[in-house]
Amino acid sequence: MSAARGTALLEVRNLRISFGSLAAVRGADLTIYRGETHCVVGESGCGKSVTALAVMGLLARNGVREADRLAFDGQDLLRLSESQLSRLRGDRMAMIFQEPMTSLNPAYTVGSQMAEVYRRHRGGTRAEALDRAEDLLGKCRVTSPRMRLGQYPHQLSGGLRQRVMIAMALMCDPELLVADEPTTALDVTVQAQILRLLMDLQRDLGLALMLITHDLGVVARMAHRVSVMYAGEVVESAPAEQLFGDPTHPYTRGLLACVPVPGKVRRDQPLGAIPGVVPRIGHRFEGCAFRDRCGQARPDCARTVAWQANGEHGYRCVLPPDWTGPASLAA
Amino acid sequence: MLSFLFRRTALAVLVAVTVLTFAFVLTRLAGDLAIVIAGPEARAEDVEAIRRAYGLDRPVVIQFFDWAWRAATGDFGESFFFRERVSTLIWQRLPVTLTLGVVGIGIALVVAIPLGIIAALRENTWIDRAVGLVAMVGQALPSFWLALLLMLFFGLQLGWLPISGTGSWEHYVMPGIVLSFSAIPALMRLTRAGMIDAMSSDYIRTARAKGLSRSSIVLKHALRNAAMPVVSISAVQLGFMLGGSIVIETVFALHGIGFLAWESISKNDFPTVQAVVLLFAVIYIVLTLIADVANAVLDPRLRAS
Repeated sequence: MSAARGTALLEVRNLRISFGSLAAVRGADLTIYRGETHCVVGESGCGKSVTALAVMGLLARNGVREADRLAFDGQDLLRLSESQLSRLRGDRMAMIFQEPMTSLNPAYTVGSQMAEVYRRHRGGTRAEALDRAEDLLGKCRVTSPRMRLGQYPHQLSGGLRQRVMIAMALMCDPELLVADEPTTALDVTVQAQILRLLMDLQRDLGLALMLITHDLGVVARMAHRVSVMYAGEVVESAPAEQLFGDPTHPYTRGLLACVPVPGKVRRDQPLGAIPGVVPRIGHRFEGCAFRDRCGQARPDCARTVAWQANGEHGYRCVLPPDWTGPASLAA
Repeated sequence: MLSFLFRRTALAVLVAVTVLTFAFVLTRLAGDLAIVIAGPEARAEDVEAIRRAYGLDRPVVIQFFDWAWRAATGDFGESFFFRERVSTLIWQRLPVTLTLGVVGIGIALVVAIPLGIIAALRENTWIDRAVGLVAMVGQALPSFWLALLLMLFFGLQLGWLPISGTGSWEHYVMPGIVLSFSAIPALMRLTRAGMIDAMSSDYIRTARAKGLSRSSIVLKHALRNAAMPVVSISAVQLGFMLGGSIVIETVFALHGIGFLAWESISKNDFPTVQAVVLLFAVIYIVLTLIADVANAVLDPRLRAS
């Protein structure tokens, strides 16, 4: 680790992503610090996954990415050619995905797929790369790692495949690991194991972890910092304890009301729900995208809403930080 | 892998035995062989003599096992028309047809796979459409016409290549090109479809996330998975080329198996017809077996099931 924890590793300013007429992300800001877990939360379709893909330069061909700034360790990613970017990917920044069942190539062994990324970026012999792969599979709590190297993906369970993906992402000692809902496709018990593993690896290796999730329970356990996304915008961003202790944006408050907290929520008390669905946003949309579902909506919500920041805690809403009242419209 | 090989080989033998039976039964259905051999002006006792001489007076089942046993040992009897051992005829002509088929499929693969990859990587651009158009035109060209065009241009106009015979490797260039045209469109389209599918898969996204080079992503990760249907169809196409090159063998005066098949059928030369049918069947069976094994090598999932 060249720099201490707490310096910015990834800076995203005014990121815009569109697919044809659909504006998937509309001006997202994000700063990820070295050695920290930064969770990006939001409903399906809020743009969190495409944000992760855009950071890595992995958007589908019909996706258009624009930004005022997209920098990794001070290096402007927007100016890099595809081949320059590919030298960073897998080496200093790595990514794991939502679909462990299909993310490994069925035609090659685990060992060959893991060795390949190491030899691409670090060189060395196949034997050295396989030794490192074995070591990392062990770190990712895969049983009998030497034997796994010779196995094919179809011989492994979903949980094991995700461990292999994680181990493979760590082959070159990346500074940033982007994890896009890494546990969504797994059994609940396996989910917990994988999250525990990611937490331990993040701490032990001093990784900056960008964790995309829709699960606030995961956020509460793992995050140092949280960004809440809604309809292609970051609506609130704060250190985890501030976000949970003092949520400000009506959407964040609504989301938190949907989560049962043992001891705080009575058994017969109905859980909160946010009525309506995330709107499909076109290019000309203006104002707050949440206003149709918001209990606090006002006429000026239809105009561009400024970002309000108080230290490290910021949000995009016209309301003052200490507003009271229902977060969302009753269903 | 071993049990896979064993099962596939057993299946292949079973298919070969079935084809052997059909080849025999079908020729018997065509009429009384003795009359055919004796010719239209033969007397009854001549036909009877021929029937005895060829063993046609025995029960059909005995005839079948006798023929099958001999066939299994490579003895197909004597040709009625050529007055030669059928096995000799086949051994003389097989190299011509095999060479032609291998040259044809070789040219087809060398042209179709790169074109298919390029079309897939440039999906829905003018390059993709241009490649598709060329393939369609290629498919629409009658092979005898293309053969004549090539002969006129490269053979007569430019004098670069011989237009008939089997003397040297140059004799196989034009027939090989013509033959390859029948296989290129299908192989190209399969490669394109397989590559489009593979390139949009999750494991290719992983390969990109690993920062692998473009060539490694396309050739190592995508093509390997796109290759399986191409391998299967190549085997079928090669079978077509070996069995169905009659037109091309005739136009270029190549005396191969296709030509022999045509001659023997038109002359009612049953021993030769039976042998050639069996040979084509065995070629198909062997090619399918090779394709299955090649696919098992490409895809580890097939080895297990």
